[in-house]
This record gives sequence, structure tokens and C-alpha cells, in this order.
Amino acid sequence: MEPLLRMTSIRKHFPGVQALDDAGLEVQPGEIHALLGENGAGKSTLIKILAGAQQPDSGTIELGGEHVVMASPHDAQRRGIATIYQEFTLAPNMTIAENVFIGREPGPSVFVDWRKMASDTRAITKRLGLEMQPLAVVRGLSVAEQQMVEIARALSMKSRLIVMDEPTSALSLAEVDKLFRIARELKAQGLSIIFVTHRLEEVMQICDRYTVLRDGRLMGSGSIADITIDGIIRLMVGRELKELFSHRDREVGNDVVLRVEGLNRLGNARDQSATVLADVSFVVRQGEILGVAGLVGAGRTEMARSVFGADKFDSGRIVIDGQAIRIRSPKDAIRHGIGLVPEDRKQQALFLALAVRINLSMASHRQILRWGVFIDETAERAMVEEYRQKLNIRMATPEQLIASLSGGNQQKVTLARWLALRPKVLIVDEPTRGIDVGAKVEVHNLLFEMAQSGIAVIAISSELPEVLAISDRIITMREGRVTGQVKRADATEELLMSMMTLDNKGRN
Amino acid sequence: METATDSPRAKAPRRTKLDVFGILARFAPLIFLIVLMIGFAIFEPRFLTPLNLFNILRQVSIYGLLAVGMTFVILTAGIDLSIGSLVAFAGLVAAAVSKGGISNRFTVGAGQEAASMGWYFAALAAIAVGVLGGFLQGFAITKLKVPPFVVTLGGMSAWRGAALLFAAGGPISGFEPNFVWIGQGRIFDQIPVPVVIFLAFAVLAHVALRYTRYGRQIYAVGGNPEAARLSGLNVPAVTTSVYVIMGFFAGLGAFVLDARLNSAEAVAGTGYELTVIASVVIGGTSLFGGVGTIFGTVIGTILIGVLLNGLVLMNVSAYIQQIIIGIIIVLAVAFDTFAKSRQRVG
Repeated sequence: MEPLLRMTSIRKHFPGVQALDDAGLEVQPGEIHALLGENGAGKSTLIKILAGAQQPDSGTIELGGEHVVMASPHDAQRRGIATIYQEFTLAPNMTIAENVFIGREPGPSVFVDWRKMASDTRAITKRLGLEMQPLAVVRGLSVAEQQMVEIARALSMKSRLIVMDEPTSALSLAEVDKLFRIARELKAQGLSIIFVTHRLEEVMQICDRYTVLRDGRLMGSGSIADITIDGIIRLMVGRELKELFSHRDREVGNDVVLRVEGLNRLGNARDQSATVLADVSFVVRQGEILGVAGLVGAGRTEMARSVFGADKFDSGRIVIDGQAIRIRSPKDAIRHGIGLVPEDRKQQALFLALAVRINLSMASHRQILRWGVFIDETAERAMVEEYRQKLNIRMATPEQLIASLSGGNQQKVTLARWLALRPKVLIVDEPTRGIDVGAKVEVHNLLFEMAQSGIAVIAISSELPEVLAISDRIITMREGRVTGQVKRADATEELLMSMMTLDNKGRN
Repeated sequence: METATDSPRAKAPRRTKLDVFGILARFAPLIFLIVLMIGFAIFEPRFLTPLNLFNILRQVSIYGLLAVGMTFVILTAGIDLSIGSLVAFAGLVAAAVSKGGISNRFTVGAGQEAASMGWYFAALAAIAVGVLGGFLQGFAITKLKVPPFVVTLGGMSAWRGAALLFAAGGPISGFEPNFVWIGQGRIFDQIPVPVVIFLAFAVLAHVALRYTRYGRQIYAVGGNPEAARLSGLNVPAVTTSVYVIMGFFAGLGAFVLDARLNSAEAVAGTGYELTVIASVVIGGTSLFGGVGTIFGTVIGTILIGVLLNGLVLMNVSAYIQQIIIGIIIVLAVAFDTFAKSRQRVG
């Protein structure tokens, strides 16, 4: 069969790096294709070239057997290629219909036929098997719903190929199922989909074929039916990862370091009366890793932010080492030895325009002050060097911008920022989101080491295998409540899933 | 849409080519300044005399003081449009103080005798007005959560009104000789005093931004306020402080301006905000916050001074000068954006 898309010998050089070096990709009509690789493998660059957002230095693109040049994003769209990036490109204050038809509004000359726009939108969402109000404003939609609007827009452009960059990273399990159902439906209608993802379980579940890139080169491609997860990982990292996500039994102390009692919080940005946290209570012991599992929106991040003082809470007590403390700001929390590695690295943790060194020391200036005012850069460099070695942070120099590090190394710098403070409690929210498999294992090992050194770790993760691998004990949350707790030895994915979706009553 | 999650690795082994563009981008203002100076020197021999160069520096020293303060503000992604008006108001208060009080302010010869409140009280008064004004604006920005653009646009009008009210129509002039020396004197008969003040405070500000904890906090708040807060920084305090610092420099600038003109009037400082913001931006400080240096601001300030001076020597009309300044601001920001997009890719 003639492939829908064939990219051959694609090369792309950026200042300082060869991002793509003989990369390729072949997609058949009506298939779901997984584009895989570690961070830095060149996946993003390849799809940007496909989307016309960047131009290759050399190589060819054939679409339906015909040589094409994707001169611009508009050009690619015109040829039927729609790309849905991780950061959506919707206009939040406009309606669904307006977003779907943005720039291509139906109607005579300069006027817009609103009625046709709404009915066309409804027709498209119906094709997706969805019920959506065309006149609803996008700002009020969930991430999953916004993604559906993006897909609807792609369909309205009569796309033949939809590229989705990490589409499931921000979705709950139920939403992922829904997305997959839609993907299969689109496939049945003859469209092709490229999934760029890190989640290999999902790849096995939904994709027909795969392509693996490593260091900008095509490492292999084929049918999913002929390969295992281990086989894919081998292609991605070039080595075996036997201990991937393996659990280690550790000694946990008896001393309770952090006790949270009856945390309540009402009202989020959209709804003043919504329950955000309801009677959340738990303890974490010295040297223990407490896993927190739950679906997206279960209140895990909100719990973490409240304990850390980043968000206010209405009632409840936070007790550290037996002493009730008042936390009104992250500054207070830090003073009492609590650290937080937030879920969104770029938005909430990193100073992208600053050097690695400056990012790393940002929370611990006190330790490297001279005369109370000046930063002792010698001491600072020593601190950076210490954590570069301890955490195996791979960088050319501490003076390079943090933006130029890979996701895994950025996360290690964020972890180092908190380790430098010698915290009693460290909360990590999605500690391995968006980082590659090898770095994930490293981060897990770091969390083990932190616990070993006596830190009480709270680890929030949406990936159940990860929760099971790193935790000593696991609590589950749903709709702002703690719905259960279980020792790691007794936990299975099925049990956790039922606890996460259980109706308010926990099991202990 | 950063490259970081999925970008080429930083430790790329193939770092063979020197990043010429990166180096050029970093020193662009300095290179542009040197080229401009060579150009003017060729067309106009009078340009490169020490007298003319010191004149340029003296002309820009007040802009320069304000630009140093503005660098702090813009580093936090803020802006201060009120400085021209605040300079006028603070300058009038300082002038009145040096004349021995508000009732004597129009008396010819007042404040010249030994019993008068000397130039140092005038300096303190100007700085106090500036700091207080800056604090009020900082407070409105952080506590009332009004955007800096709006607060300082309001300030632009309010301080000008206060100045007009205070001046009651006439300029205040004729200060004691020591006061006037600050603006018109020369050290070693060569270096104008305002130039020394400007460069001294520029060095101080450079040290504060580059080597202190406070400097780090400013870059952090400007680069990513949420990450700064989650790193335990007191973001509202840092934000308020930059407007206080801006106010300090507005007061200091007003004092030096009084001394240089031997007079204070309500329309002083009109349009300063544009020139000052231009100096900072041309010097490479990003209006989006988190990126910039005092060194760049000093270069940017001198660059504007050189440009204006050269154009005057070449008999270009003042109106055309304004047009050129306007175009240069836009080009400087365009260059900044372009340089950033290049960086992002690499």
C-alpha cells in the first residue's frame, strides 16, 4: 500500500546540536502510529518539520506519493496535516464554534454565518461521538474537553493526518479511554493519527505501528503486534532496563514527621462553593515515601499546595515534629522544613532565562550569604558541584541556561534546589512527568535515597506503576477526600483503581 | 513551547561552530555604540573631542540615573511612566527646601545665607518625595493589584498635578553655590559632577543586581513570579521595592536636575519616561522581565546621548531626532525578540 506520509533522511541542525540526523517516518492511511523516543531524541523537531513550523536542512517529505515542501504551518494544514501541541492553541475567551472555525468562519464575504458555524460544529462533534455546546466558552472547559475542541478543529479542516503531542499527559484515566475511543473512530473513518508519547502501556493498547528515534536517528519501526514494551525501551535507550519501576523494600522509621489533620478548602477559580479539599488527614513518617494516587482533579495537587502554603485553606491543622505550625505562604513552609517540587516544571519551578547555578540555589540563598547581603559565588559553585555529582546532573557548565537542559536534568536541578535546604518533608508532584525512561529511573532512585537519608517524602503521581514502585504506603484521593490507604505490599493497580474511583467511603 | 522537554541535548558533542550570533546579540548595544561613534567622528571632527564627549555624558547623566532605577522596574516585567512627573514634583520640593521653606520659595537670594537649609537637605527632600511616591505606586501595584502600566499612568498625571499646584505658576530658582556646583561643577576641572554621580550609582546598582541576594530575587520575580513564590521569595515585597528604588532615583535625578538648571519648574521632566525606557530597552533589558544588566543600560543611555548629540552636530532637526529615537526603540525590541527566538531553538 502507498503510505500516506513518508519522511526520509531528514536532517536538522541547530546551533550546537544536530537535532535530526537521518530521521524518518512512514505512516499508512488509517492507522494510529506511535512516534517514540527519549527526550532529546528529536520527536518534537520532526513533528515541527512535518507541521511546517520548521524547515529541514535536508531530506524529503512525500504526502500521498507526491513530493511536498511544508513551507509554513498554514501550508501543512492546507495539505491536511493538523498538529495538536501539548500547549493548546485555543482562544480561551471565544466559543467552541469560534475556535473550531477560527480564521475560516463560514459566511458571505466579511460576515459570519453564526448559525451555520454552530450547526457545523455540532455536526463535527457528533462525528466524534460527543455532545458539545457550540456556544460554550472555551475558558470554562476541562483540559480534556479543550483537547476535543482541538480535534474538532482538525476535523473541520478536513485533515488526513492528525499529530498529537503527548495527548494523554494531562488527562485522567477515564478521559484517556474516551480519547482512545475517538482515535479508533477516526481511524475507522480513514484518518491517520500520530501519537507522540512517553506512555508505552498506552502505545501497546492503541497504536498499530511505531517509529523509534534516538539521538535524531531512526532506530526502528514496525508493527506493534511484533514487539514488546521491553523491545521498545531497548530501541529507545539502547540498553536493557531490568530494574525499571522495580520496588525496593526499605526500613521506615516510626517517627511521624508531618501530620495533616482535617484540611478543608472550598472554592476554586471557577466555582466558589466547590469542594476542593474535604477533611483531608494523613501522616508521613521519617524516611517514608507516601504515595498519593488519584485521578486528575482528585485534589492531590491542591492538597500539596495547601500544605506548602501556596494556596490558602479554610480549616485544618498542620503538625511538624509534634508542633502545630501556621503556614500562610511557601516562605513559612520552607522555614518549617517543607519543600515542594511542583507538577509543572516550566511554569512553577524553573527560571528559564537564568543559569543552572542560579536556578539550583534559588531557595537556599541563606546558606551561601556573605555579610548577610552578598551571594558567595564560590560557595554557590561548590553547592552546585556537590549536587551535580550526587544527582548526576548532566550539563556542560553550571553557567548554561536551564532551558537548554533535558527535562530529566531540569527535574534533577529542581530536586537539588530542595535538597540543598535539607528539608524534613519533601512533596513531589508528578516527579517524572515529561521526562524520559532512563531519567525516570534515576529520579526514582533519588527519591529512595532521600527517604533513606530520613526525609519524609510525599509523592503524587498519576502513573500507577510509578506509585506502586516508589511508595512505602499509598493513600488515594477522590473529589478532595482521602478515600483509602494501603501498604505498598498489599497494593495492586486494580485495588488502587477501585479506591480512586470509590464513592467517598474508604477502606483501611 | 520551550524546547526543553524535547529538545536536542545540551551536552551535544558536536559543538564545533562558535556561536557568533549569540556573541553579537550579547554585545549588540556596545557594537552599535562604537559604530555610531566612528560614523559621527568621520562626518564631524568636533564630535570626538574630550569636551564634546564629556558634554554628552553630562547631558545623559540625569536620564542615566533614572534609567538605572528603571532597569530594576523593567527587570520585574514592570514599567514606570510616572518618573517625569515625579522628577518635577520632587525637584520643586527640593528647591523650596533649599530656599528655606515653602513660604520663601520665590524670594530672590533666599537660601544663600549660612542659616539656610543646605543642599543636603534639598537632596534628602527630593529623595524622600521620590521614595514615598514610588512606595505608594508599588503599594497600589502589589496590594490593590492594579497593573503597573495603569498605576504609573495615574501617577504621571497625579505627580504633574501636584507639581503644578506646588509651583503655583512660577519656577523656583537661584540656589546656593554648593547646590549649583552639584549640577554645573567639574571635578579636576574636567569631569562634570553629574557624570560622577551617575556612574557611581550605576556601579552600586550593578553590584546590587549582580552580587546580592536581593539582585537574584529581582531576576527571579521578573523571570517567573510563580516559581519565585514557590521558592519562598516574598514576591510582593520585591515588586514594591523596585518602585521604591525607582522613586529614589527619580528624587536623586530631580535634585541633580535642579542643580544643573539652578531652577525648578512644574514642567520639568516632561517626556523623560520615553527616553529613559528607551535607554533601558536599547541596552538589552527585556520588557518581559528577568533579562538585562546595568551595564547594558549605561551603554543604552550613552547610545541615545551620542545619537542625539551627533544629530545636533549634523544639524538634524529636533523633530527628526524624535522620529529616529522612536524607530530605534521598536527596532531594539524587535532585535530582542528575534535573538530570543534564535536562543529558544538552540
